[in-house]
Amino acid sequence: MNKLLQLLSTNSQFSTAEISAMLGEPEDYIKAQIKEYENKGIIKGYQAVVNWDELEESYVEALIELKVAPKKETGFDEMAQMCMAFEEVESVYLMAGVYDFALIVRGETMQDIAMFVAKKLSTIDGVLSTGTHFIMRRYKDRGMILTDPESQADERSLIL
Amino acid sequence: MDYKKYLNSSIQSVSPSGIRKFFDIANEMDNVISLSIGEPDFQTPWHIRDEGIHSLIKGKTWYSPNRGFSDLLKEVTSYYERRFSLTYSPNEQALVTVGGSEAIDLAFRTLIEPGDEVIIPQPSFVCYEPLTTMADGKPVIINTKNEDKFRLKAEDLQAAITPKTKLLVLPYPNNPTGAIMERDDLEQIAKIVIENDLLVLSDEIYSELTYGGRNHVSIASIDGMYERTVVINGFSKSYAMTGWRLGYALGPAPIIDQMTKLHQYGIMSSPTTAQYAAIEALKNGDRDVKKMRNEYDMRRRLVVDSFNDMGLSCFEPLGAFYVFPCIKSTGLSSEEFCTRLIMEKQVAVVPGNAFGKCGEGFVRVSYSYSLNHLKTALGRIRDFIKELEDGNKG
Repeated sequence: MNKLLQLLSTNSQFSTAEISAMLGEPEDYIKAQIKEYENKGIIKGYQAVVNWDELEESYVEALIELKVAPKKETGFDEMAQMCMAFEEVESVYLMAGVYDFALIVRGETMQDIAMFVAKKLSTIDGVLSTGTHFIMRRYKDRGMILTDPESQADERSLIL
Repeated sequence: MDYKKYLNSSIQSVSPSGIRKFFDIANEMDNVISLSIGEPDFQTPWHIRDEGIHSLIKGKTWYSPNRGFSDLLKEVTSYYERRFSLTYSPNEQALVTVGGSEAIDLAFRTLIEPGDEVIIPQPSFVCYEPLTTMADGKPVIINTKNEDKFRLKAEDLQAAITPKTKLLVLPYPNNPTGAIMERDDLEQIAKIVIENDLLVLSDEIYSELTYGGRNHVSIASIDGMYERTVVINGFSKSYAMTGWRLGYALGPAPIIDQMTKLHQYGIMSSPTTAQYAAIEALKNGDRDVKKMRNEYDMRRRLVVDSFNDMGLSCFEPLGAFYVFPCIKSTGLSSEEFCTRLIMEKQVAVVPGNAFGKCGEGFVRVSYSYSLNHLKTALGRIRDFIKELEDGNKG
């Protein structure tokens, strides 16, 4: 796997000097590579992994299963476009298996999401059925463990 | 009661490990960032743990055969064949032990006669000298040097040999320096070993952790050395399995036979659950090893680069997970450096002289920590060096 991208995808806060040391490549080269990835849209952006559950703010996420009838001309793409357009929708994935799309939808309350599904998603022409799964607790997100700080503590003994 | 007169005098003459003292200080302080631990920070890969658990579920809770399960012995020998081109008979030339450490102890006690001299290159892991003493051998220390990248030089070996020399300990890839021995180096050592009719104990516990595209070379694979070498290895470092306590020895059947006898009476057999897990490690763990090695490699580069940048010269270690920067430029001794670093910046590293007198002027820094942890710790060390320099000027 591409080491530079792998490194940035685990932590985008390393300086180019640090990355240059870690990968054994000149810093200018690293800078140029990152620029190129950004220009080509391979690096889409840099976001913090937030543990929203720790905040007081009300916040709900749900995974929505969508079964759809693909369009003759555009297949699944047109449906994906329509789903993506909603700002409530965080992620859109085309799936292999018993349903076609998996959507991650966020809202302030469960009611928000229920209404969104009922009024906006299921009414799209071509949507055959929906299934809503609320996310109760996030244990691990994008490779990071969000819960149980004790499991992260260094338990190694100092021996010898 | 005066226990001194009851206690064995050899064990009383052995001094406690020098690393301990710093660990005691570190344990008592809050907010200490440690760079002192000598074991992987990774947990044992899940599929390996799962096999251990599965063996328990199936009720595999009995002793194993003295030498170890035959499946494990087969996996160990086929691993050495595939990785290091060395062929051993699983039933005659291999023994599964409680960590590499037990195997080292067995080899010493099996080979050393009272008064035999054992050559030990230092800085090195702390066990060789006391275990030699306890086997009635006489440790003869060779001081390896920074300018030789802490490799054992043939001329130094030659100079240390006397008519009483029996055994050479070859601890590479090395803890604490991170030094390795390449084929050229080993060929020169082998020549002298053969000329002087010596045996070699090759401690290869860090054999999977070599960097820069250099594969570990076992001295047993050099012409004429196979019959003179006891290879020690284990699962702790390569598969992040320290707590499972499992290692092994490979070597000539007559030596392994005697070691097995000692193991049989002293230990009986190595832990059963650990052996089931280890079979899985050798069968399906290559990917994990590679992944961990790549991760260590990035950390290694970051740490070496940082120390050189701070002005503490640091040769590039090509093995294990330690760097061994020289701190002589600070004007402090290793102990002073470590004590002040922990007191003033709450960062724990180990004084180099804990691994032999010639480690004075150096410190051992473990990079068996996450990149973020390393970044924080290195930042504190940088501040410490800066303050020292400012203090020296003022």
